[in-house]
Amino acid sequence: MTPEAGGVDAVIDAVTAVFLVLGALMSLTATIGLLRFPDLMSRMHAATKPQVLGLFLLLAAIGLQMRQWWVWPVLVVAWIFQLLTVPVSAHMVGRAGYRTKHLHPELLSVDELEAVVRRSAAEQEGSGTGPASAAGPAEDPELDDVLGLGEAGDGALRGAAGQNLDDRGDGRGDQGEGKG
Amino acid sequence: MSRKPISLRTELPLLIWLVIVWGALWRDFSPGNLLFGALIALVVARIFYLPPVELSGRFNVLRAVPFALVFLAKVVAASFQVIYLAVVKGPKVVNAVVEVPLRSHSDLMVTATGHVLSLIPGSLVVEVDRSTSTLYIHGLDIRDEADAARLRKEVQDTEAGLIRIMGTKAELEALEAETATASRKGATP
Repeated sequence: MTPEAGGVDAVIDAVTAVFLVLGALMSLTATIGLLRFPDLMSRMHAATKPQVLGLFLLLAAIGLQMRQWWVWPVLVVAWIFQLLTVPVSAHMVGRAGYRTKHLHPELLSVDELEAVVRRSAAEQEGSGTGPASAAGPAEDPELDDVLGLGEAGDGALRGAAGQNLDDRGDGRGDQGEGKG
Repeated sequence: MSRKPISLRTELPLLIWLVIVWGALWRDFSPGNLLFGALIALVVARIFYLPPVELSGRFNVLRAVPFALVFLAKVVAASFQVIYLAVVKGPKVVNAVVEVPLRSHSDLMVTATGHVLSLIPGSLVVEVDRSTSTLYIHGLDIRDEADAARLRKEVQDTEAGLIRIMGTKAELEALEAETATASRKGATP
């Protein structure tokens, strides 16, 4: 910006500066969170979420400084793609992390998924040839191998229960596709 | 293909979005470029066929704007909360995995709710049970049952907001009936 520019420019420059510093601060949070938080899932909070705001502030700063209208649609599209993809990756990592027990149970005050996993594992154990085990008995050891769960009986139970959840989901998915 | 073709009306939001992306990437919103983009969008949507997203057919802009503003405010507030937790609590932070049953059974609504929650720092969707449309959410800094209840309420409020914006009529009526009984219950004691 030219030094003799008017008051509007000064304001825009100031806002840009604030946005840039705050945006960089959000990225710094990710680093601090990665170092400080104890387990995978709390690290995922720090590693993925503050960037939503951080990127928004940085893109807004770019938009303010460029002063050309065509840059705004590009920035908006970039941010929307970030909004669409961040939760998916966070969910996939969190889900895989929970299934492979990359978490510290002693740091969870409430764990309601644990009870569901146990219940559905017990159901499957009790019924023996229930619908869930009939749907995918051969897949369970394979799944355990893939997820690295084969080491303990509990791991096998968890794998079976995860399979059970998936089976139910797939069942509905098939219906949905048939309808559509 | 055995699937029935999608009507143009169902496909329209997708096509408009593709045209906007096309224009943004070319940095050119002149009519000629947009027309060509629309042509390409049509061809792409025909060739790379995906199962249609079942939209409810209604979209309330008056509800959407405040929702977006509240969402942005929540993102800002929660970002600073995560900074605070990372710096002050660090390794001693206590979390929870909370089960939240949702009202709606539509895939779009469950996905949208999960997305909004995941974008607000402090909550992360760990597992989804589609058959009962239940979300299992990992919450940061949930120390006791009261915090868990607060998280559960926030999730259901988020879903209620989304239903008011773009839920089906049936979902909206169910929600209104529910809030009516809740306020009556709140008034009597």
